Amino acid sequence: MSYLYYPGCSLESSAKSYDLSTRWVFQSLGEELVELEDWNCCGATMYMSTKETISLVFSARNLALAERMGGDVVAPCSSCYTILNKTNKILKENFILKAKVNQSLKRDGLSYHLKVKARHPLDVLVNDVGIDAIASRARHSLEGLNIAQYYGCQIVRPEGVFDDPENPTTMDKLFEALGGKNVYFPVKVRCCGGMLMTTFHEVALKLNKEILECAVENGADCIVTTCPLCQINLDAYQKKISKKFKVKVRIPVLFFTQLLALSMGSTPKEAGLDQNLVPVGEKILGGRL
Amino acid sequence: MAVDVLKEPGILDKKESELRAAFLYQVSNIPGGEKIKKCIQCGTCTGSCPVSYTMDVMPREIIALFRAGAMESILNSRTIWICASCYACTVRCPMGIKVTDILYALKRMAMEKELFPKRFPIFVLSKSFVYLINRYGRSYEAGLLLLYYLKTNPLKLFSLLPLAYRLFRKGRIAPFPARIKKRKELSAILAEAEVMEMIVPEGVYPAAPQKGHVLGLAKVS
Repeated sequence: MSYLYYPGCSLESSAKSYDLSTRWVFQSLGEELVELEDWNCCGATMYMSTKETISLVFSARNLALAERMGGDVVAPCSSCYTILNKTNKILKENFILKAKVNQSLKRDGLSYHLKVKARHPLDVLVNDVGIDAIASRARHSLEGLNIAQYYGCQIVRPEGVFDDPENPTTMDKLFEALGGKNVYFPVKVRCCGGMLMTTFHEVALKLNKEILECAVENGADCIVTTCPLCQINLDAYQKKISKKFKVKVRIPVLFFTQLLALSMGSTPKEAGLDQNLVPVGEKILGGRL
Repeated sequence: MAVDVLKEPGILDKKESELRAAFLYQVSNIPGGEKIKKCIQCGTCTGSCPVSYTMDVMPREIIALFRAGAMESILNSRTIWICASCYACTVRCPMGIKVTDILYALKRMAMEKELFPKRFPIFVLSKSFVYLINRYGRSYEAGLLLLYYLKTNPLKLFSLLPLAYRLFRKGRIAPFPARIKKRKELSAILAEAEVMEMIVPEGVYPAAPQKGHVLGLAKVS
């Protein structure tokens, strides 16, 4: 079965490594990812807070395109994933909004009949491909690596489609099967602040400090995440946080597909590890430079 | 905080009842939005919120104020802008109230009525974002931040240069915007959506509360 791949805007710029590693992982597992043709921005949280109907039209255009191509959408960006799911839910329960959206889409000969599901690559990899199948293809064990599994908000909330909203374990199980050790990490679904990093900088710095500090205190060698915004927030401001809060945090933050690709035998470049701001150390690479 | 609560219980002034009706319409569009009626004021939302420590009105108080008929105090609060949309309150609410979506509805109302300080960061960010994606069909991160800081605090751009340089060297900044192919068709869709946004179907819009009808919730479902 092939999946319709919806990278989302950030995977084209600030999270290119997420795009590279996701494609690499799917390809080497023999799962086909077909890019959704002429996809547009999902509207994100910012459009949702400006205009309701238009924001729904934005994300529904992608779903309508996917419906025409036939297949489920795979969206690695947690925010896109939540917005697409939310659109499905609203259109399903509110026929007036659905009519409004379809009336707008008709201008380009499109229509949407709620037949497309939006899925996250983590969900696809663990629940469709299966942990055993992935583990059997792993070339390098992650033995001795202490991992902090950071899920962020949007992948499990508000719906918790494939995992628990308070204590998700999908990623923990995946990396445990690959030999990694999950450290105690109670802030796994705490918010990183998202766009507050731009609008209310100080607030977001404090939220990120709590997450980074918790990972460091519990002896993690790296943080693994599923969201482009979480990754850049946690990765880019470590020096600033260390200085401001007088703590010592320096820990690489990887996309879960990057670590997965590494353990499945990709080169660091294929996993996009050269794009991480906090350099990924020898312990993670395991002498494979 | 000074709250302009009812001068006479049960009677709302004109502006207040208009705001209230608009809000109830927005809430009626949220799947499960009618559960707002069931709030027991337990404060789980406030306790779960990672940013409530910096809010002026707690999430719990938002619903209390709405009940008290003080929509304006809600719309003028800092709270609705601080929400980072993490949905912690929504998943924990014992009554199933969609707190995050309600805050979204309030944000939309405040933006529409322009109830916030001038050059307010989130308003500028959202407007710039909307401008860019209406134009290109995709978000353009570098352009968004540039527009945002030019409109709010251009001097801040200098302090961002080191980080921008680091990101650029790692290949994490796209210098030019990505665009979709069908931009013209997208504009047509958006023009139609703009019209659709204005249409409020008859019978859905809840009536403004009458005297003696303090909660005014009867018509939402």
